[in-house]
Amino acid sequence: MRLTGVDLACQRGERAVFAGINFAVESGQALTISGRNGAGKSSLLRMVIGLLPIAGGRLTLEGGDPELSIAEQAHYLGHQDALKGSLSVGENLGFWAGFFGLRSADPHSPLEMVGLAGLASLPAAYLSAGQRRRLSIARLIAVPRPIWLLDEPTSTLDAAAQDRLAELMDAHLAGGGLIVAASHGPIGLSAAQELRLGEAP
Amino acid sequence: MTPLTALLVRDMRIAMRVGGSALMGVLFFLVVVTLIPFAIGPDLALLKRIGPAILWLAALLASLLALDRLFAGDHDDGSLDLILMGRAPLELVVATKGLAHWLTTGLPLVICAPLIGLLLNLDLPEDGALMLTLFVGTPALTFIGLVGAAIAVTLRRGGLLLAVIVLPLTVPILIFGVAAANAAVTGPTAFGTPFTILCALTLASLVVGPFAAAAALRQEME
Repeated sequence: MRLTGVDLACQRGERAVFAGINFAVESGQALTISGRNGAGKSSLLRMVIGLLPIAGGRLTLEGGDPELSIAEQAHYLGHQDALKGSLSVGENLGFWAGFFGLRSADPHSPLEMVGLAGLASLPAAYLSAGQRRRLSIARLIAVPRPIWLLDEPTSTLDAAAQDRLAELMDAHLAGGGLIVAASHGPIGLSAAQELRLGEAP
Repeated sequence: MTPLTALLVRDMRIAMRVGGSALMGVLFFLVVVTLIPFAIGPDLALLKRIGPAILWLAALLASLLALDRLFAGDHDDGSLDLILMGRAPLELVVATKGLAHWLTTGLPLVICAPLIGLLLNLDLPEDGALMLTLFVGTPALTFIGLVGAAIAVTLRRGGLLLAVIVLPLTVPILIFGVAAANAAVTGPTAFGTPFTILCALTLASLVVGPFAAAAALRQEME
């Protein structure tokens, strides 16, 4: 599986955010996107899953399921955690697992992997920011999809949770997945290519 | 669980939790209808004559009450982005959310209507006819409202815009719903004619609503 972007350009309203961006990521590889605020890191990730229109260039996925779009084979971990405060931790995860097509979801083991197993029946409104992020990460584990698009995945996580995330990402890469992550600092991916936005091409 | 049943179960759960839209809609309906006899006075003949119109208006406003959060809630917490990444077609997703909204706000109104009709001097067979018109008509209110909810999704105070967009579109439903209910309560026209048109309006909105709302959502996302 190979995700390629050729000469990509992004336009938000009147402003040209970036242009001429090239990248290629293969199974088992990771790409980190860095750059100043407003350079278009999040926009590039949202472009990959079709939430933003592609203003120029091409985005292709080779070796994926030809019946499915890129977005349908990808997980997106955005700034917002997509959780409902009135539903319990287990119900939130169970919903996303069910919505993404898992027939019989067992929410327990993904929750255990992110250290939330004891909180499954707690309403998500009571979670801290870091716990909400960990619950979102549990979604990536619960439903297997080959492409992970992570936007500042470590922003609210403590040191132990960051290590845990690094292990999960390594396991995902070892299993043939690919990761594209936007981040300001190192997120624990040992051998990642780096794409810098906002500099003269 | 298929994606759509997961979505249905989740939306109904949220609506029925504390502070959810299900209880609020019914309470609003009860309060509005209860206030009318106090305002108009104990003129039984008058209450009977305007009763169906009042119940219909209250049902219309009550079903509008929860509509503005239907997509905006999912948009604000990022759920809508993920829903768009699912494998379920957006039109069916939108229709499922509409169904969940109707089951939690429309259907309780239909069930309450006979009880509350007693306050407006409506007898049991008349209540039954009124209930039937609400049962057929409220899905149309929800599914027309879907379009407004989708258009207003990115606005902070979308509720007012939603009302401005949706209320004019619901005028035909109101006319034929009240006409059918009035025909059953006071006569002399036949019940069947306006009721059949009401059914037709509902069927049309069930088809058009999800497609229009999905198109609006796709547009908003760009």
